[in-house]
Amino acid sequence: MSAPLLQLQNIVVEHARRSVLDVPCLDILPNEVLAVVGPNGAGKSTLLRIIGLLEQPSRGKVLFAGRPISGNSLNFRRRMAFVFQEPLLLDTSIEGNVRTGLSLRGVPANDRQRRVEEWTTRFGIAGLGRRSARTLSGGEAQRTSLARAMVLEPEILLLDEPFSSLDAPTREALIDDLDAVLTSKRVATVFVTHDRAEALRLGDRIAVLMGGKVRQLGTAAEVFSSPVDSEVAAFVGVETIVPGRIREVSSGLASIIVGENTIEATTELPPGSDVLVCLRPEDVTVSGLADATLMSARNRLRVAVTRVRPAGPYVRMELDAGFNLVAHITKQSLEELAISPGANAIASFKATAVHLIPHRPG
Amino acid sequence: MDLIWDGVTEALRLIFSGNGYVYEVTFTSLLVSGSATLIALVLGLGIASFLAFRAPPGRTLALSAFNAGMALPPVAVGLLVSIMLWRTGPLGQLHLLYSRTAIVIAQAVIATPVVAALSTAALQGLNPNLRLQVLALGASRWQAALLLFREARLSLLAAGMAGFGAAISEVGATIMVGGNIKGSTRTLTSAIVLEVQQGDFETAIALSFILLAVILGIITVFTMLQQRRPPA
Repeated sequence: MSAPLLQLQNIVVEHARRSVLDVPCLDILPNEVLAVVGPNGAGKSTLLRIIGLLEQPSRGKVLFAGRPISGNSLNFRRRMAFVFQEPLLLDTSIEGNVRTGLSLRGVPANDRQRRVEEWTTRFGIAGLGRRSARTLSGGEAQRTSLARAMVLEPEILLLDEPFSSLDAPTREALIDDLDAVLTSKRVATVFVTHDRAEALRLGDRIAVLMGGKVRQLGTAAEVFSSPVDSEVAAFVGVETIVPGRIREVSSGLASIIVGENTIEATTELPPGSDVLVCLRPEDVTVSGLADATLMSARNRLRVAVTRVRPAGPYVRMELDAGFNLVAHITKQSLEELAISPGANAIASFKATAVHLIPHRPG
Repeated sequence: MDLIWDGVTEALRLIFSGNGYVYEVTFTSLLVSGSATLIALVLGLGIASFLAFRAPPGRTLALSAFNAGMALPPVAVGLLVSIMLWRTGPLGQLHLLYSRTAIVIAQAVIATPVVAALSTAALQGLNPNLRLQVLALGASRWQAALLLFREARLSLLAAGMAGFGAAISEVGATIMVGGNIKGSTRTLTSAIVLEVQQGDFETAIALSFILLAVILGIITVFTMLQQRRPPA
């Protein structure tokens, strides 16, 4: 693994004597996109301002390429670029905005112009160059903001929920463009978002920040499939979290008692362990009672449908299996099943889809 | 009405006949009020930047003081500056009383709270994240301040105009600390007071029209600057 480009060491931020951020250690690696996810008020923006040297921590150190930053941080700030949730454009033309950072850094005029043209073209705003920034739509303004950051050719790009105020089609198009830029430039990026889909799409690693602390850090697969605790699990989209106890383990396959049901799951935990059984709704399949024998999954539970409601492109089904079980199925599947609240059905899921979190009942 | 009409014709005659007295008091007015406005702008913008961007403890108290300072009675300022500059006062050694410098000091004391209070409000009206964005673009503290001044230029120029207006229209303190000495510390406003006291209303009205024309001209320049399209 290459040496970290930026390191946070024992960072504590207190506002009005209340701790809002407590990060003992966090490394930003070269070429990686680190997505920081967490609910509102988790400290994500504070973390980004600390990394961007825009706020002094109450305690702790920030190291850039191994060098601790103290005193005047201007030279280090000039090696990074920051895009905020709002575009925060200056009252000048689009080109004027994109050029501003280069002018502040004293980049020669001919180089400035070349870079402005390159990045306004890349973000699809070249034709708007002389327009006043005040006349732009939300999407155009955020494209200008991204071009203004990338034109600086930063070593670290910091993005603070840059898509959250955009409508869905604009957001999708802009994420595509940013994804292409990040893939080609491989600039180290810290991307703050509360949108799990955005984090999955852009992040090489994901840090889950809750209550000012990094609760989990790992690849997208690790964080989304194997959350470390129930709160992280709930935040990353696990909707079924129920307590159980491992009865026996054979060849890595555990039988877990959950209420009156037995669930099978792969695990390294020993028999007798109390656990939280976690299941993502997209891993649960629902079928009619007659189709039960066709299911290949190890876990098959007879359930009663308690609630059905639309959830974006899917249908969210709440099931009573002696515990609450949630499944996401397609609208077409629902039509084929022709079941409604009150009906009985079979819910099935693979043993490998079950994630177990050690748990102390209390 | 005749009196006013006579005043207008007298004003035109004084201007176009190259009357030395009129040009001299006009020059003195512009010099002292221009200097006072410049000082008020430097101090006021500095104070406003500190209060708006650094948010020091006691900011509300300081802002209250500057807001109250906008209603500072000029005669009280004149008295205070006079006491400071008297031969036996703390700054008596400087021998500034009854000089143009003394008027500049008094007018700057009157105009600075105006500029500071209005500029603080203007800078506080900017999006708080804009300063962070400008710093993140690589601005030094000075570059950031200049960029933010440019963003708030409409309100800041209005603050400058208010400060200039307070300075050039001031008369009580000007007479107290300047002494209304012909050829030295007589300004348009103090000259108008003197002409009225002497019963020469035509000249007083003429000087008033010249004062209004000067104010209109300078404020027009400020307004043109304010309304200019931002540079690309």
